[in-house]
Amino acid sequence: MSTAISLRGLSKHFDQVRAVDDLDLDIADGEFFSMLGPSGSGKTTVLRLIAGFEEPTSGQVLLADEDVTRRPAFARDVNTVFQDYAIFPHMSVQQNVEYGLRVKKVPGAERRQRAEEALATVRLEGYADRRPHQLSGGQRQRVALARALVNRPRVLLLDEPLGALDLKLRREMQIELKEIQREVGITFVFVTHDQEEALTMSDRIAVFNEGRIEQLATPVELYERPASAFVAGFVGTSNVLQGEVAQQLLGEEGTFVIRPEKVQMSSEAPGEARSDPAVCAAPGVVRDVVYLGSTTVSVVDLDAGPTLTVSHQNTDSSIDAALERRDHRVVLTWRRDHLVSLGAAPAAPVASPEEETA
Amino acid sequence: MLWLGVAYLGALAALLITSLWTQDDFTGTIQRTWTLDNFRDLFTIDVYRTITLRTIGIAALVTVIDAVLAFPIALYMAKVASPRLQRLLVIAVLMPLWASYLVKAYAWRGMLSADGPLAWIAAPFGLHSPGYGVPAVIITLSYLWLPYMILPVYAGLERVPNSLFEASADLGGGAWTTIRRVVIPMAFPAIVAGSIFTFSLSLGDYIAVKIVGGTSQLLGNVVFDNQGAANNLPFAAAVATVPIVVMLVYLAAARRTGALENL
Repeated sequence: MSTAISLRGLSKHFDQVRAVDDLDLDIADGEFFSMLGPSGSGKTTVLRLIAGFEEPTSGQVLLADEDVTRRPAFARDVNTVFQDYAIFPHMSVQQNVEYGLRVKKVPGAERRQRAEEALATVRLEGYADRRPHQLSGGQRQRVALARALVNRPRVLLLDEPLGALDLKLRREMQIELKEIQREVGITFVFVTHDQEEALTMSDRIAVFNEGRIEQLATPVELYERPASAFVAGFVGTSNVLQGEVAQQLLGEEGTFVIRPEKVQMSSEAPGEARSDPAVCAAPGVVRDVVYLGSTTVSVVDLDAGPTLTVSHQNTDSSIDAALERRDHRVVLTWRRDHLVSLGAAPAAPVASPEEETA
Repeated sequence: MLWLGVAYLGALAALLITSLWTQDDFTGTIQRTWTLDNFRDLFTIDVYRTITLRTIGIAALVTVIDAVLAFPIALYMAKVASPRLQRLLVIAVLMPLWASYLVKAYAWRGMLSADGPLAWIAAPFGLHSPGYGVPAVIITLSYLWLPYMILPVYAGLERVPNSLFEASADLGGGAWTTIRRVVIPMAFPAIVAGSIFTFSLSLGDYIAVKIVGGTSQLLGNVVFDNQGAANNLPFAAAVATVPIVVMLVYLAAARRTGALENL
């Protein structure tokens, strides 16, 4: 498989801020590639560097092995779906979609046909004559997508295109986007701060932090084997055990991560769990129980000090039992091989996205 | 609001009524008899028709010149200049408005005089100053009203999100294509809004033409002369209704472009 995009030592500094810091990255042809990170992590800047809206401070951008670093945006074979959609308000849907073809002087008949096909791809047949202000947010988003796809670019860049949609529509569009990508076979580079979105759609994900890639992996790898405390905290919720606590509970030095759904909670049953060396156990008190519909999340203060989050599926209807556990003593158990070691390095304090929004 | 209505619309109504009266040729007093004679004179006597067309022509040309000059300046201010430079440019554009109208008109009289700076600059190219006359009036009025065009166009362009320009570039549009297909259509309502100022201000002007216009006259001069020298108030009122009607037509046309929301 050949590479669609290669970034070589790419840096972009705004005054003193290193928005993108010496980045090397290869994105394969036909890949659905996501760049995930908190705001200000440089992911959007990387996208804008690929599109040609920004000039890098140093380094190279290669599209299909061709150096386009100094080429203006209009001469690059990539198209962008903007965060605010950037639909031309003075044109109809049809004129918007045809814009790229008109600029490239594609003859009228072909232009109309391709615009029609593109609108069909995003399921907007019959909307050609509408004006942008007559469309809903989701429909505008589809117009933006059609307007980019109609040019049949080698790479499609998407800058948080689902950010402005409500949750239900966003979930639908995630699946649809993935289907469209498979259908047209174009490389998608998708920028998002929503870890669930990235996990749902991507072939590979690059997690950005302070202008660098923290980890580059498939969704499964990223979730199951986070390479750093930052990734573990940003992608999903995780419990971090480190230092003395790790020594005490796990009998090992270092920093470890355990996912909430891999921890079992039972009412105190001393002695039982200790017998199995492959299972770790820690007693504690339930501080809070949060009912989330499909799952219930419990927050447990361990006797050893740290607070762990535990989640389990609500597969039976005995929710009351879980809810009544507040302030009760429990024992948490988890399998030793579910622990992810982050090495001995002290982890920087990390705010998970959930905590940020809370 | 009520006072505004009474004072403003009342004055306009009085003007219209006055235009339907007539004047005693000997005593110069106003005779309150209803007649359309004033309007008949206005449309049948050649000199007034010429003046009307000249006035509208000058106002239109001034508007076009201002639009052409203002657009690149406003575009630079809104989208290219740094925030600091942007503020400085807004002040620079507003600055001429602090100076007296008369001072600026007389400044252009000096500029345009036969041995003035313009003549001096033009001389090496074998040209000379346009002198006093209609071209001088157009130059002076264009200068006087330019800020009234720049500011609305600047405000209009500032509201256009940058992502639209980027989207155009992204879809393969070069700078010129983007300006032609995206920027100008987006700025058009603002240009029309600015043109309302430049057009109406030019239409009513009678001082600049006195200072740099040589012997040429505009509608405003006719109004002024009839009211002052000839003391023919009814005819002056009739002449004054012409720019009002022209402006009403112009505003009606402007409304269709959505420009009035840009004011």
